[in-house]
Amino acid sequence: MSQAGNAKRTILRTEELACGRSLIHDRSPVAKLLVTILFLIAVQSFGKYELSGLVTMILLPMIAYRLANIELSLCFYKLRFVLPFLLIMGVFQPFLDRTPKLCVGALVITGGMLSMAVLVLKGLLCLMASFLLAATTPVTGLCSALERLCIPRIMTSCLLLCVRYVGTLLEQTEVMWESYSLRAPGQKGIHPKAWGSFLGQLILRSVDKADSLYTAMCLRGFQGSFPKGDTDEESLTDRRSLLYLTGSFFLIFLARFLPLAEWIGGLL
Amino acid sequence: MHMADALLAPAVAATMYATSMTAASVSVRRLSKEDGFGEDAGAKKLPTMAVMSALVFAGQMVNYTIPGTGSSGHLCGGMLLTALLGPYAGFLSMIVVLTIQCLFFADGGLMALGANIWNMAFYGCFVGYFLIYRPIMRGKLFRGEKGGKAKIILASVLGCVLTLQLGSFSVVVETSLSGVTDLPFQGFLALMQPIHLAIGLVEGAVTAAVLCFVYEARPELLQDVGETANRGRFSGKATLLVLAATVVVIAGGFSLLASQNPDGLEWSLFGNEDGGYAANMGLDEENYGIASDTSKTLGAVQEKTAFLPDYSFRTGESDLGTSVSGLAGSAMVAGCAVIVCLAGRVVRKKKENEKNRKAFKL
Repeated sequence: MSQAGNAKRTILRTEELACGRSLIHDRSPVAKLLVTILFLIAVQSFGKYELSGLVTMILLPMIAYRLANIELSLCFYKLRFVLPFLLIMGVFQPFLDRTPKLCVGALVITGGMLSMAVLVLKGLLCLMASFLLAATTPVTGLCSALERLCIPRIMTSCLLLCVRYVGTLLEQTEVMWESYSLRAPGQKGIHPKAWGSFLGQLILRSVDKADSLYTAMCLRGFQGSFPKGDTDEESLTDRRSLLYLTGSFFLIFLARFLPLAEWIGGLL
Repeated sequence: MHMADALLAPAVAATMYATSMTAASVSVRRLSKEDGFGEDAGAKKLPTMAVMSALVFAGQMVNYTIPGTGSSGHLCGGMLLTALLGPYAGFLSMIVVLTIQCLFFADGGLMALGANIWNMAFYGCFVGYFLIYRPIMRGKLFRGEKGGKAKIILASVLGCVLTLQLGSFSVVVETSLSGVTDLPFQGFLALMQPIHLAIGLVEGAVTAAVLCFVYEARPELLQDVGETANRGRFSGKATLLVLAATVVVIAGGFSLLASQNPDGLEWSLFGNEDGGYAANMGLDEENYGIASDTSKTLGAVQEKTAFLPDYSFRTGESDLGTSVSGLAGSAMVAGCAVIVCLAGRVVRKKKENEKNRKAFKL
């Protein structure tokens, strides 16, 4: 199974998830985008040894995943992209920072161990938040939210068109890749002699497609932007979205500034 | 090279967002001028940009055999996009690719998107195009029929290697400024630069192969093919803006990374801390040379005029003081240069006027 095929399925699966209905799906994309940004800032604002605070933050995406009816395992599967780089960065921490921070019986936990755990946890939390946004917001909604946040229309339109087109192109790549592999069995990657012609063919076909696409769009009255199909639910004037926004902000502030983990620890 | 959110402090992420968005807004403005669609900038190029973004995205899914290593690499796309679409449309297309990778594949964080755009799109599209691709393609380095291909190969390989080196250097600087890890700056740099040199070479070779294919099949698709050397050089304004941005980055940012050790002259006169200040000529830093009334008076004047002594605030050592010193010094030098230039222009105009007057009298 080629990488192109996997990528196509990932995009389709995420789009499928985004088109579902739930308490989170039905909220305004602007509200969801703002909540995600605030959550990311809150997570990143923790110091390198503040593990207890970060542990509290994990409650929020877990609740949100439950409300959105999305399986957490789908998100953890994506950790394969994030984890290697984080581990490369974090694996040196225990050797570089050996200041004892905590003693659990005979086990001494050093600053390096704590900061490595914080790094990995931060990566996980940020991934959870970003994936939740993508899995609960269709690309059209995301583009309209970005436009409302003053992102130029050329970029939002390009994003929308690209996502629509990437599936077709990945399909074409998959076919080319499959036919190449059948002619060169057991070869790892494409031989240097075929580098230019393989991707070059794809470029030429794509440019031709783009030309016909543009002509077709112009014939249908395209003048540089897509019509806005915003409903009340997509804007922030919707009461439920406002409630979701303020509620989420409040919970993020609580989780960020109150020592909930210490209180729970004190009860035990 | 996609950075994860966990590696960046909010302040660094926000700064990188601001710089990347500035470059994006300049690109949008330039595109609107190019196609004349006004507010709906880039409408003509929109489908091509979208398709090219999708192409780069799809191209990254294809692995290429790296000869003699048994491993494989893939395309990054900055140089390819800039060669096919131009720097502005290429930059915006790369932003779209990075956004999709971030949202759908968790490849690079949402908060780190600004940094990733800067590291991968800015260098590839702007530095790669204006400083490498365009000068080579418009230059007279190679002639003849095969010259075009040679130029493309040189521009692609050089562009990919240099822009990836700059990108990986930026990753190191951004991570170090964020203070997330204890990895020393030099150690991290020594890890990142060599590996990206190898990746850059492979990417350069792939990009060159693809562009050569396009050059043979449809040369009109490539930017600057068949352009003369005199057309489209940097305008005075653009050169000044690039220089000003470089000065701000170097004077304000990189000055913080400057070595705390004495410079060559100080080292040879006074030695350094490791040498117990007795090495070399062994002079006392506070008390050396000939003391005279004139030198004392001038020293007192200097103490009053130096508002940033030793490149920091009078109140004490601070990183902000170093940055402010760098920026203030650069501004003063630029101001002096402007005054000298203006004075030169006045003198030149006077001479020209005199010449004209004499010619009129004759």
